[in-house]
Amino acid sequence: MPTAAQLANVVISGTLTGTVYGLMALGLSAIFGVIRLVNFAHGELMTLAMYAAVVAFQGLALDPFLTMVVAAALFAGLGYLLQRAFINRFVHRPEHMQMLLMIGLSIIIANLLLIGFGPDARSVQTSYQLDSFELGPILVDKVRVYAAGAAVVATAALAAFFRFTLTGKAIRACADNPLGARVAGLPVAHLYAVTFGIGAASVAVAGCATVSLIDVTPTLGPSYTLLAFVIVIVGGLGSMVGALLGGLLIGISEALAGVLIAPSAKSMVSFGLLIVVLLARPRGLMGGAQR
Amino acid sequence: MMRDRRRAMVIGVTAVVLLALPFIASNYVLSVATLVLYMAYVGQAWNVMMGFAGQLSLGHSLYVGLGAYAAAGLFAHYGVGPWAGVWLAIAVCAAAAAIIGFLAFRLRVSGVHLSLLTVAFAELVRIAFDHIDALGGPGGLFLRVAARDRVDLRAFRGPPAMYYYAILALASGALALCAWLLRRRAGYYWRAIREDEVAAQAVGIDTFWWKMRAVVLSGAMTAVAGVFYAFYYNSLFPEQIFSFTRSIEIILGPVIGGLGTLLGPVVGAAALVLLGDGTTEVLARAGFDIPGAKHVVYGVVLLLVTIFLPNGIWPPLARRLGFEAKRL
Repeated sequence: MPTAAQLANVVISGTLTGTVYGLMALGLSAIFGVIRLVNFAHGELMTLAMYAAVVAFQGLALDPFLTMVVAAALFAGLGYLLQRAFINRFVHRPEHMQMLLMIGLSIIIANLLLIGFGPDARSVQTSYQLDSFELGPILVDKVRVYAAGAAVVATAALAAFFRFTLTGKAIRACADNPLGARVAGLPVAHLYAVTFGIGAASVAVAGCATVSLIDVTPTLGPSYTLLAFVIVIVGGLGSMVGALLGGLLIGISEALAGVLIAPSAKSMVSFGLLIVVLLARPRGLMGGAQR
Repeated sequence: MMRDRRRAMVIGVTAVVLLALPFIASNYVLSVATLVLYMAYVGQAWNVMMGFAGQLSLGHSLYVGLGAYAAAGLFAHYGVGPWAGVWLAIAVCAAAAAIIGFLAFRLRVSGVHLSLLTVAFAELVRIAFDHIDALGGPGGLFLRVAARDRVDLRAFRGPPAMYYYAILALASGALALCAWLLRRRAGYYWRAIREDEVAAQAVGIDTFWWKMRAVVLSGAMTAVAGVFYAFYYNSLFPEQIFSFTRSIEIILGPVIGGLGTLLGPVVGAAALVLLGDGTTEVLARAGFDIPGAKHVVYGVVLLLVTIFLPNGIWPPLARRLGFEAKRL
């Protein structure tokens, strides 16, 4: 049985990881909540961002936490174009056609990464990689704190954007009532594209934050897609607060399961949780509030 | 009349070529044909659930894996051949499908939630199999490799031609079964549910039980594919056989060929494998070995089909060849 200090360590590290998970899931949730698009390429966008951070670090010696800013801007543009040029014509197609489109996109991204970088794991080794903060008996990895900090800042920025800016309010109007938004003269196609851009930017930040915690391989995508879905379903598909709570819940429960049961039990717990939530409340923890 | 004759010609020539293939083709061509027929068979099985009844499963690797491990486990531990093993495989997969279907349909899980539920079950079972030491765990389960020159039908070990004829029989059988089902009450009920479940219920169809039948039949058919997989490839790894990527590969054929059509899964599988392996082969001839190239082709084909041919490549092709243009 682990001691109280060990448990506290695990819970803290799980909370920090969960914050990054939450940001990643927030992107998926925003895209689903507004465009009603099920983004099966989410994990591949994440790995793409992680590789961007690796390339920037190895080529330009750029710290991942700096790359993050550039990557967020680039991914926002990429997401905007992708939605505008390509996905937009699928908005009114059946749900399964949208899923298939995004699955096609995910296969292409994953295998282009495989062709470009090979199957071996890549990582970023910063100078502060192994440093940690000490609070009495509790040790917290520095990178994990920075990663969570970046995720909190990005999340706060998103919340402020949706609450206070006109564009943010217009996007929420689109989410509530797409037809009404169109009648009121809102540029729905543009707003959808902005939303996809925001979703992609969240993933970019999450990816750059994660790359200092985990090695990246081209086949990592599906597991992140599934993880994001687990979080978002647990929290309630389309709800932003739900995505954050879901991220924390999954982060902490995975960390605890890793210590209390077995390291391999980590994902078993999240998939088990997903099944329970799907069966018990198909709308998730916060689903009732949103719709 | 012209159309009938053209259709008869197409069917006749295809049948002759398929039956004569082991005598005229090299082992490489035969292995590609085997893969096409395998994909066609699994695609057909998946199509019963999605194409006919409209329930999107993204976790069909679960049934391939369970079926494969059931039969391979019996063979490796007790020397029981696949002819008995296949029944265990079918029973296990039908039970798994019944449990998942019962939970999902009773609790009204549908659409994207249903798809995710199927993925979650496949992933959960994958992790569970990593911990079953009797079946090799993550290190894999291996069957002793066959003597390639001798046919041992009892243990289903033999030359490539034997596996080819077996999967040809399976694919043709599945095609015939689906054609028969579509003309029966089941086919009409399933398609009614696919098009509008509430309306189907309103006209008195017990949608719960008909969806259950589709899931269980689909799972049971996929189990047989798993048994074939186990004895053809001789090695099973939970990481591979239960993976989400495998589930996606299963659905590519029918989606590209045409969801809910009879020959769509067959045509789709052929198009995919030929394009994919064709690309690999062309690149290899040119001196390149690019492992991801095949899957990039898969992805591009999937993208193009979803954008330009949402009903798949088979319906327009069918009209050219003189088949019914109806989505059957």
